[in-house]
Amino acid sequence: MKKNMEKNSMFKKLVLTSAALMALSVPSANASESKGVHEIVDVPFSFEGPLGTYDKASLQRGLMVYRQVCSACHSLKRVAYRNLEALGYTPDQIKTIAGDVTVMDGPNDEGEMFERPGRPSDRFKSPFANDKAAAAGNGGAVPPDLSLITKARHNGADYVYSILTGYAEAPHGVVIAEGKHYNKAMDGNVIAMAPPLSDGAVSYEDGTPQIVSQYAKDVATFLTWAAEPELEHRKQMGVKVILFLCVFAGIMYAVKRQIWKKVH
Amino acid sequence: MTAGAMGAVAAGSVVWPFINQMNPAADTKALSTTEVDVASVAEGQAITVMWRGKPVFIRHRTPKEIAESKEVDVSLLRDKQTDEQRFKTKPEWLVVIGVCTHLGCVPLGQKTGEMRGDYNGWFCPCHGSAYDTSGRIRKGPAPKNLEVPMYSFISDTVIRIG
Amino acid sequence: MSAGPHASQRTPFQNPVIEWVDQRLPIFTMVNKEYGVFPTPKNFNYFWNFGAIAMFMLVTMIVTGITLAMHYAANTGIAFDSVERIMRDVNYGWLIRYIHMNGASFFFIAVYIHIFRGMYYGSYKAPRELLWIFGVVIFLLMMATAFMGYVLPWGQMSFWGATVITNLFSAIPVVGTSIVEWLWGGFSVDNPTLNRFFALHYLLPFVIVGVVFLHIWALHVTGSNNPSGIEPKTEKDTLPFHPYYTMKDSFGLVVFVAIYAAFVFFMPNALGHPDNYTPANPMVTPAHIVPEWYFLPFYAILRAINFDIGIPFTDIVFFEAKLGGVLAMFGSIAMVLIMPWLDKHPVRSARYRPKFRVALLVFVVSVLALGKIGGMPADAPLAHIGSFLLTTTHIAQILTLYYFAFFLVILPYLSKRERPLPMPESINDAVLQGQKSDQKSEKCCEA
Repeated sequence: MKKNMEKNSMFKKLVLTSAALMALSVPSANASESKGVHEIVDVPFSFEGPLGTYDKASLQRGLMVYRQVCSACHSLKRVAYRNLEALGYTPDQIKTIAGDVTVMDGPNDEGEMFERPGRPSDRFKSPFANDKAAAAGNGGAVPPDLSLITKARHNGADYVYSILTGYAEAPHGVVIAEGKHYNKAMDGNVIAMAPPLSDGAVSYEDGTPQIVSQYAKDVATFLTWAAEPELEHRKQMGVKVILFLCVFAGIMYAVKRQIWKKVH
Repeated sequence: MTAGAMGAVAAGSVVWPFINQMNPAADTKALSTTEVDVASVAEGQAITVMWRGKPVFIRHRTPKEIAESKEVDVSLLRDKQTDEQRFKTKPEWLVVIGVCTHLGCVPLGQKTGEMRGDYNGWFCPCHGSAYDTSGRIRKGPAPKNLEVPMYSFISDTVIRIG
Repeated sequence: MSAGPHASQRTPFQNPVIEWVDQRLPIFTMVNKEYGVFPTPKNFNYFWNFGAIAMFMLVTMIVTGITLAMHYAANTGIAFDSVERIMRDVNYGWLIRYIHMNGASFFFIAVYIHIFRGMYYGSYKAPRELLWIFGVVIFLLMMATAFMGYVLPWGQMSFWGATVITNLFSAIPVVGTSIVEWLWGGFSVDNPTLNRFFALHYLLPFVIVGVVFLHIWALHVTGSNNPSGIEPKTEKDTLPFHPYYTMKDSFGLVVFVAIYAAFVFFMPNALGHPDNYTPANPMVTPAHIVPEWYFLPFYAILRAINFDIGIPFTDIVFFEAKLGGVLAMFGSIAMVLIMPWLDKHPVRSARYRPKFRVALLVFVVSVLALGKIGGMPADAPLAHIGSFLLTTTHIAQILTLYYFAFFLVILPYLSKRERPLPMPESINDAVLQGQKSDQKSEKCCEA
């Protein structure tokens, strides 16, 4: 009889070990990615956790930073101007934002391409016509598109923040080639992008401190939204679904017990 | 007997087109090999050709560069290959796929005046890997030497890649 | 499911419509026979839920897959964009895609537990060998389907995973390269490859459905195994499938779905790789190419063979390292396939085979550890032991050795030598014993 107990605890141990190993095996991929030191700062963001939502003011400031700084080199080609409604802009404001750029359209009836102001249905205009042009304009390294950057990097928003705030003097003995920069957060510590932000570079109208760390936080928030516009909807739906399933599971358990009562 | 054999022939002939359709199509095959005339490439110069969607570096090495590559103590290399394993028949022509073995950026060093790194071969601008004149990794994060594609000389100056 | 011959003995249904149909096609009689009154051992524990759960996952994957296919475009130029359009613009597209994406992982979780249960309780033994073989075939088809599905979003990991895995076939001597080019339809993974992978990814699940049908048919011929491994002898040993197991399976399923939903809604990308959110680029190789987690143990076995296999101290080589790795990887699944003939011990359940139980649990731990190693870079240094540098590859080699030794040495040895514990007379006795032993712990795992 004792054996039976042992067997059960063995099962539990097994299940627990497997769960622990599974849990371990996920971050293992991250750890293996790193070469040399790279420091990722853990920033508290409003959209974290199961109930997290985007801070709209931060999103709007992040958009400002993107448009005034990042967009000089980085495209955001999967996001459309119409999507900015989620940031709290009115249709008229979106029209104005879209109208700030000129986009190539056509061919027209004469068979020629023509330029016109952007429309809300357009996607964000890319700074370069194609990747070759982007590489040529940036010393051979193509600035990545930012629409999915927080999903395409480990630690997403924290990574973006850390890169933007990670510029520093190279430690003694580390030689950085011309046109390259030392960055604490970058894999290998060498980055082609020059420090893009400086205190006061973008003027905020809402009195938020105009410092690099604030810019970085806002733009990281904005880019997370750009990558996961469905996040708020997803989490709200998730809470309801999980609650429903928990109640359902409880009821099913009661039904099962009721039916099995007579057995044995 | 005969009927069975006929049936087998019929089945075989019907099946073959369905298997063979998966093989490379005519338009794909047309791009599988590329022939390059390297007569115009002077000593010390290099050209880049595209092959199967990847850049291939062809470098006309100087005697000095060849000598440098041969002198290297192979046991100290990260990816241990002698210079002889890096070229085919003609030591002056080095043919490698121009994709950095770290993160696959395209290294610099093909055009005159471009940075060639500490070992006078190629230098990857992304993360600073330096390759020597034999295309071997010498410094930086890349794990392996630049890959040597299949190629052969169909005449003294024409290389067929693929 | 052999309703035909028994159709004449059917009992009429009350409902006239059902009765009308049933007279002409006794489908309701069949369902009632196979899922209503079907005599099922009464001592199943919750491990027996995972067959039904796997079935649920298969249906989920097919339904979400078909809906995704309505929006997806299998062309290298637009595949990635079409997936992003699903995520951003298609109504509830993100939900359907996350269900499908995480569904693959949860399907594998269910099936891995299902396989473990079969191993632990000896469900592969006579007379259920064919049932077991159908199961392994389903597993192989699932692997092929999952692999091709992962290529479809055409991200970096899609492309490079496909490149690495299809290149495995180039290890085959003589015809290897031709086979790989035949698979690719070109000279590298490219548009023809993506296009055919989509066609096959759409097809294979329906093949799986077919084999699942055979799997269940075979199950209903032999009847289910049970935790004691003793065949039911009298009516006291069994219960009708409905309502006892329909309700128990439903409860287990809801719990499983709740965990699955937690991933879908709160950490949809936790089981994926960030690189797959970068569009495929044949010019840029990711630093570490790793397959999806459910392939990692096999990937570790593949990489563990980094030496040529031949006669030591001579130049004679039978298999080069690359081929050796591929053979080991496929061999590891072949081991599972022939398991019924490796373990011929008369007792089924590990409950009464303490040595087998230990060997099997060590096996499970080593598979999990192989999975962990598979996610790490090869040859990554772990520790210095004197002048010897211990790397991940060494660990993988030791674990791989155990994997094969378990099947080829331990199982045949134990089937001859192991003395089982005293066994109860019948399932009913086993249940009564269990109840007496410890009420609390029994409640958790056995009903």
